[in-house]
Amino acid sequence: MIPEFGNFALVMALGIALVQSIVPLVGAVQNNSRMMAVAVPAARLQFVCVAISFLCLTISFIQNDFSVLYVAKNSNSLLPLHYRISAVWGSHEGSLLLWALILSGWTIAVSIFKKSLPLTLSSRVLAILGIISVGFLLFLLLTSNPFLRLFPAAAEGNDLNPLLQDPGLIFHPPILYMGYVGLAVPFAFAIAALLQGRIDASWTRWSRPWALVAWIFLTLGIALGSWWAYYELGWGGWWFWDPVENASFMPWLVTTALLHSLAVTEQRNTFKAWTLLLSIFGFSLSLLGTFLVRSGVLVSVHAFATDPARGVFILIFLAFVIGSALFLYAWRASAIISLGRFSALSRETLLLINNVLLLVACATILVGTLYPLFMDAMQLGKISVGPPYFDKVFAPLMLLLVFVLGFGPMTHWRKDTFKNLINRLLKSALISALLGMAFVLLIFGPAPLLTTLAVVLGVWVIASSLATFKNHLGKDKPLDRLRLLPLAYFGMLVAHIGVGVFIIGVTLVSTYEQSETVRLAVGESYTLANRRFELADLTSVQGPNYNAEQATIKIFRGDHLVSTQFPEKRFYHSSSQPMTEAGIDAGLFRDFYISLGEPQQGNAWTMRLNYKPFVRWIWLGALLMAFGGLLAVLDRRYRKKQEGAN
Amino acid sequence: MKPRQQRMWFVAIIFSGIALATVLVLLSLGENMMYFYSPSQISKGEVPRDAVIRVGGLVVNDSVVHDDKNLGVRFKLTDTANTITVYYHGILPDLFREGQGIVAIGEIDAAGQMKANEVLAKHDENYMPPEVADALKTAAEGGSMPIPDSHTHK
Amino acid sequence: MWRFTLPLMGFGLLVLILAIGLTQDPSEVPSPLIGKPAPEFELPRLHDPSQNLSLADLKGEITLLNVWASWCESCRVEHPFISEIAASGAVAVYGLNYKDERGEALKWLKALGDPYQAIAVDQDGRVAIDFGVYGAPESYLLDQNGVIVYKKIGPITARDWKEDVSPLIQQLRDKQL
Repeated sequence: MIPEFGNFALVMALGIALVQSIVPLVGAVQNNSRMMAVAVPAARLQFVCVAISFLCLTISFIQNDFSVLYVAKNSNSLLPLHYRISAVWGSHEGSLLLWALILSGWTIAVSIFKKSLPLTLSSRVLAILGIISVGFLLFLLLTSNPFLRLFPAAAEGNDLNPLLQDPGLIFHPPILYMGYVGLAVPFAFAIAALLQGRIDASWTRWSRPWALVAWIFLTLGIALGSWWAYYELGWGGWWFWDPVENASFMPWLVTTALLHSLAVTEQRNTFKAWTLLLSIFGFSLSLLGTFLVRSGVLVSVHAFATDPARGVFILIFLAFVIGSALFLYAWRASAIISLGRFSALSRETLLLINNVLLLVACATILVGTLYPLFMDAMQLGKISVGPPYFDKVFAPLMLLLVFVLGFGPMTHWRKDTFKNLINRLLKSALISALLGMAFVLLIFGPAPLLTTLAVVLGVWVIASSLATFKNHLGKDKPLDRLRLLPLAYFGMLVAHIGVGVFIIGVTLVSTYEQSETVRLAVGESYTLANRRFELADLTSVQGPNYNAEQATIKIFRGDHLVSTQFPEKRFYHSSSQPMTEAGIDAGLFRDFYISLGEPQQGNAWTMRLNYKPFVRWIWLGALLMAFGGLLAVLDRRYRKKQEGAN
Repeated sequence: MKPRQQRMWFVAIIFSGIALATVLVLLSLGENMMYFYSPSQISKGEVPRDAVIRVGGLVVNDSVVHDDKNLGVRFKLTDTANTITVYYHGILPDLFREGQGIVAIGEIDAAGQMKANEVLAKHDENYMPPEVADALKTAAEGGSMPIPDSHTHK
Repeated sequence: MWRFTLPLMGFGLLVLILAIGLTQDPSEVPSPLIGKPAPEFELPRLHDPSQNLSLADLKGEITLLNVWASWCESCRVEHPFISEIAASGAVAVYGLNYKDERGEALKWLKALGDPYQAIAVDQDGRVAIDFGVYGAPESYLLDQNGVIVYKKIGPITARDWKEDVSPLIQQLRDKQL
């Protein structure tokens, strides 16, 4: 009964979403406020229906209802409760349902916080979100229904992929989807602006926090995914340039550009058409990512079950949504006039360079991701584009970006001069150059030029951010000024410092990581990066649904025992895939990472010992960026002006 | 700047960005593209020397020989029509097994054997990486064509 | 103004490439054998190696030839469904034991049940090459005259059965009447 109820709720949601998308749009054209007012109750009702549907699927999982095909495929009765719940989004159908739930969640959030918005704008925004909901609900019902029954019911379910039985995977997809789907809100705002043919101050003030929140989730989602890959895949990589990763990274880059462009639009009343275009791009890339991942046109490590019918559906949906958005843009964007003027050297220019670099970086990833597809389509041979391509293209673009970043916040809006700029930043430039070089030299000794340059630029971002801060406080009564500084300003500083930390982490770990594959018998040891790794013991361990071979590895520095690690090789009962559980001795400045290979004769194993300096800084940097975003969202001005404008 | 100048400035920055990207892509794409070959193509000598390539096939049963001293491993890779020898130093992926489909990345040496830098097996509930399937299929048909891409983990 | 249409045109190009890409599923491998007579074979039977199983034994009824091996993990997943098909009597199910060891194969059948009418042993995989087998499991639907009408690479699923195999069998039966 429960699955049928869930299915029914989904159909109801589709009907309501249709009302939500059509009635307010017609109302907006006819200037009929009663029709426009339908948007809010429809959005709320739709959320309730999707939530009921999601709840039904969750109950089916909790109750081990193996008469539901999706449950039987992705869960079994031995699975612990928390994994049974997270298995709801463990595979295609359920994750789409989660997607729909999050979309309706964002919609209801807009309907709650929209008080100060003009009725026409808010109802258009809700209607556009409704159209996107219609698309996803149709997709669910037509090609990916999670409530399909299995006759006769299975006695026992399949297991959840052992790789996915991990706490990281409980949170990773929902957070990432929050980001992906959240981009629909700025998108809807952009379309509504194009429909009404103008952008005013309230529009920007509205669009910005939504874009920020989506960006925060995207940042956290990507960082979490990277961290999960690092400790769970068993060989210490943190980014693979896999199509699925690229699919999440591209919208992130564009949204980062959008945040900066929105700042210009809000502060300086310019870049308007550009901001709209970026809003459209952000969500377009998140849809494109869905297409790439779900359609099976690209083969990726993240093996989602693929189905050509799904690919066709998403492509049509994508072509419809993005095509009409860009058509609208082509038609109406010229009506949106930017009034603000600026000179060649100004913060506007630097932010434009920032935007262009981020977009160009995104485009190069898109090219690398789609190039094999293109070659295939043109019958030019089957190829793959390896990670070196992405590294090579990405590094110079990012270094350039980081270089410009250091100047941005210190440059005046509208007009500035080189002389003043140099005056303000010369000290931090010199300090960062010296500090950066000393840093590398003292810890690692003589370094390659590019490494030194990258570290110097990382320090440069941090130093110039601090210099900007100091400059802002001024000489007299700094504490009074401190109190007046908006929270968003701190947000920017923290996020920029995060970028610096991230750059330093990436540079140092990729230059100085050491890795050695060795064969160790019990009692033997191997020295890597000044640490002696001793295989002290080998034991068999029983897990809840697996058996494991566990090694005890003692890490010594000189004669001093630093840490004891227990890497495992697990054999899950339900699948013959062995799984490598790495032993990681984590630290702020370095990780030691041990993964077991294969058993050898004579009570020995092959294993891989890794030294990963500063690898934590990568995720620390990402966390700082997200935290900076959070500070910016909490800024008083978004709340105050919204109340005041009503 | 006047509106017109400002627009030109905008366009100029965008175009220099595009130009920069084009240069970077052209410089990097060519040398980081890996073509796919099948064991049959390698046996026939159709593969250029000194080029990093990807080869897909099945690991022949009872062909895996470990050298415990320096962690070397040798195995035969087949597309059922032809078989080549692959040698590799390091830890094989969890999913590496005899009879399983794998992808090796590396170069062909003078003896026509493959020196692999990386051996990949797929994390997948599917029974075989598609490029392996395709290599086998092509061999069965007697044709020879490169096989499609798949990003795979160690 | 023309410059605002640039994104739309770029996007049109992208959709075009994606649409072409969609028609070329990288994991789909069409079989050249469909509609052609199955290759002749004569192989020892698993349970009684002194007896042979040949294509001629399969002719006269609609058969499902299932390629499996005890080392093949997906076969284990597929097995209950194959058993279900065999029990339903919709089609005669034969097995082709692919590159396997006899002892292991027998052990496997003993543990999981033996739904097959008979099993041919293809130890060196020679016949499998004729059939164009890429790996196990694979299933071939043969009509009464031994012509291959359907092929599935990988485990056969309830969906394949409902949407493809079952209707095909129905068609073949209708033709026969």
